[in-house]
Amino acid sequence: MGMVKATIDGSDVLVPEGTTILQAAKGAGIRIPTLCFHERLKPIGSCGLCIVEVAGKATPVGSCETPVTDGMTVTTRSDRLFSLRQDILKSILAHHPLDCPICDKAGECLLQDLVFEHGITGVEPPAPSPKFTAPYATTFLKSWPERCVLCLRCVKACTEIQGIGALSVAEEQDGQRIAYDQDKCVSCGECIQVCPTGALVEKKTELRWRTWEVDKKIRTTCPYCGVGCQQLLHVKDGRIVKVSGVEDAEPNRGRLCVKGRYGYDFIYSEDRLKTPLIRENGYFREASFEEAIDLVARRFKEIIAESGPDAIGAVSCARSINEDSYQMQKLFRAVIGTNNIDHCART
Amino acid sequence: MFMVIGSNMTEAHPVASTFVKNAVQNGAELIVVDPRKHKLCDFATLHLRLKIGSDIALLNAIMQVLITEDLYDRRFVDSCTMGFDELKQKVMAYSPERVADICGIDPELIRTTARRLASVKPVMLCYTLGVTEHTCGVNNVLTVANLQMLLGNMGVECGGVNPLRGQNNVQGACDMGALPNVFPGYQAVTNPELREKFAKAWGVKDLPGKPGLMLPQMMEGLVTKKIRAFYIFGENLANTEPDIRKVEHELASAEFIVCQDIFQTETTRFAHVIFPAAAWSENDGTFSNSERRVSRVRTASPPPGLAKPNWWIFKQIAKRMGHEWLSDSARELWDNEISVLAPSMKGIKYSRLENNGLQWPCPNEDHPGTCFLHQGGEFTCGLGRFRAVEWTPPAEVPDRDYPFVLSTGRRLYHYHTRTQTGRAVGMNQLLGEETADLAPVDAAAMGIANGEIIRLRSRRGEVKVKARLTDEVLPGTVWTAFHFRDACANWLTNAVFDPISQTAEYKACAVAVEKLQEQATG
Repeated sequence: MGMVKATIDGSDVLVPEGTTILQAAKGAGIRIPTLCFHERLKPIGSCGLCIVEVAGKATPVGSCETPVTDGMTVTTRSDRLFSLRQDILKSILAHHPLDCPICDKAGECLLQDLVFEHGITGVEPPAPSPKFTAPYATTFLKSWPERCVLCLRCVKACTEIQGIGALSVAEEQDGQRIAYDQDKCVSCGECIQVCPTGALVEKKTELRWRTWEVDKKIRTTCPYCGVGCQQLLHVKDGRIVKVSGVEDAEPNRGRLCVKGRYGYDFIYSEDRLKTPLIRENGYFREASFEEAIDLVARRFKEIIAESGPDAIGAVSCARSINEDSYQMQKLFRAVIGTNNIDHCART
Repeated sequence: MFMVIGSNMTEAHPVASTFVKNAVQNGAELIVVDPRKHKLCDFATLHLRLKIGSDIALLNAIMQVLITEDLYDRRFVDSCTMGFDELKQKVMAYSPERVADICGIDPELIRTTARRLASVKPVMLCYTLGVTEHTCGVNNVLTVANLQMLLGNMGVECGGVNPLRGQNNVQGACDMGALPNVFPGYQAVTNPELREKFAKAWGVKDLPGKPGLMLPQMMEGLVTKKIRAFYIFGENLANTEPDIRKVEHELASAEFIVCQDIFQTETTRFAHVIFPAAAWSENDGTFSNSERRVSRVRTASPPPGLAKPNWWIFKQIAKRMGHEWLSDSARELWDNEISVLAPSMKGIKYSRLENNGLQWPCPNEDHPGTCFLHQGGEFTCGLGRFRAVEWTPPAEVPDRDYPFVLSTGRRLYHYHTRTQTGRAVGMNQLLGEETADLAPVDAAAMGIANGEIIRLRSRRGEVKVKARLTDEVLPGTVWTAFHFRDACANWLTNAVFDPISQTAEYKACAVAVEKLQEQATG
């Protein structure tokens, strides 16, 4: 593939043929404001915010969809572009309530940030529209149609990334609406991960929090299947309140499934074992670790003395960390003296 | 191109399936080989809906066509493999016409499949438990390997044989030597030099050299008293093993059972001592995924009550039995022990695992890890060895009394015995009960309506479960999962095992499907 040379905001860039202006600018460290564009989706081109000026062209072009051509001179920031972007944002706000104080997304809302960046004030709140009266909800999320900016990220993510197609665009008399097909939805939550506004909000937990109160975002590996998806645990006051996919991570590249995104809270179940238990007269009673470990060590020693180490067997856990399995096989091989150690890989 | 055999990826490995779907959306072909018409079939170019347990016959017939029509990769076979003549001799007996009845597949479709497979390179072959959970599981695996070697699809990126591992760390538990025949890093316990290496590292005089018992053998040993004490770490055997009545008899026969878990389960009922363990996100560590990628697991919140990390509990038991172990964190265990003792993981250290982890083999600290194995057709043992095998039917086949084939598996919204997903808010709302998936034509013949409670009965037991009429399953078969105790498939499954792997035949047993008698209303 050939390379093409261009100038963006005065910087020379050399990129492979077919690279979009947006990609080339990003590579050169130049940020172009975007709303509908998402790194993991093909360019959607629904918002028009990423417009740039190209020398020799009378009207600005969408940088997410326009490839760089040889010798192109691009301007990403100008008074004219700023004003055009302001107009686009104003037209979005004409249909988007300024209900940021009660919106879960406030603080990490892309629209909020862009409106702030472009210094937009004095926008009249939109009149209520009948098309916004039909929100949908799943087990884990709720839609706020009036907050939807019709960027179509959710529709594309459901189709392009997850291959599900539960979301589509319905053309209605008073404009477009996102249509939801419950029968197709698998609750993966890809839509909520890519939604730039508060049009989709989680309802997994009754806890409420502001986005800025999340004091830690911890990267970890999903505890369910063998794919090993990378998750971001959103932790507030020592408790996971939300899980999202790590956008640029291998192997999942931001994707999660229903279990990975919403299956985390078993750890907070009241049923958790909290103390060692010892069976006595057919019932379990609470015990200290000291006592329980003493009992296990004593019984193991007795059985080894009477019947040899091969009279003891163990199964390790394919759910727990490597270090636990390592430690268990070491206990059985080095301390008890048997190779009777297995786990569920075979069954 | 992808060939997916015995893998309901969209439910069992949902995120992996999205990448297969994306490849198809971008022009890749997909061949699905599965008795069930699961969701991935919507994306398939071809779906070979074979009869349950007929994989070897089908794959041998595909190889017969490849050889007969001279479509196989002669260069790869000549330079990278051995045993081709024996393979040829054996598979030539499997003409598409001969296997058509065994597999229920039209001979022309078998030929088309072979020709398509030969027309594209590379082809990645993915399989899951539909291949392994048979009494011929090991032979099934050998056969898929034969096919991929014959097609010359080994040792290349996006090719090869890709077994999708079930649990998050089943790969890791194997890698760590939680197996009766190998130390960490697949180093044989029968090798005296390796025993000496590990004995020295672990500060003991010697280590046992005789391979231990496999899980089903240990369980049977509980009854014969060959095994007197049994330590069950994080497994709910009373629900997950085939033939629950047999399993519970075995557990009840045990003299001393220690369980270590995060919840009370059907299995902890049989325990004499239960240790409370820290769960995922309550301690630091690593998981190894299906790609042999070692990734970090991090702490988000502390364990409840007195619960402790599992490695800590094992360390205390060792201490009480006279062994002082130095490592005092998962990181120390990995950096100072595991990566030192396992040559294939020698280059993996916690300091290198901050982002996307590392895939073993990773022999030194400058090594970037290995994304795919057998590069350039160089196999671990040198030449890739064809191991031709004969097809054998499942141990239990339908008869007059038990006319249906029961096959089992997993569903999207739950994980195994629901100890975790059953306690995650919302999951039970998405799937609150088990169903028996039944072909509409069979249901009609018995007068069974969708949603009606029916009885499934095998020689081991019976369950009452709601019928779900669906074309996903072949007529003559019934499919269910093991997520719910009452309707758990393992009341029915057959405790017969592959002779080598000791993997149970969860995928095929014979059952009767019965309409319940109308309740008397008077």
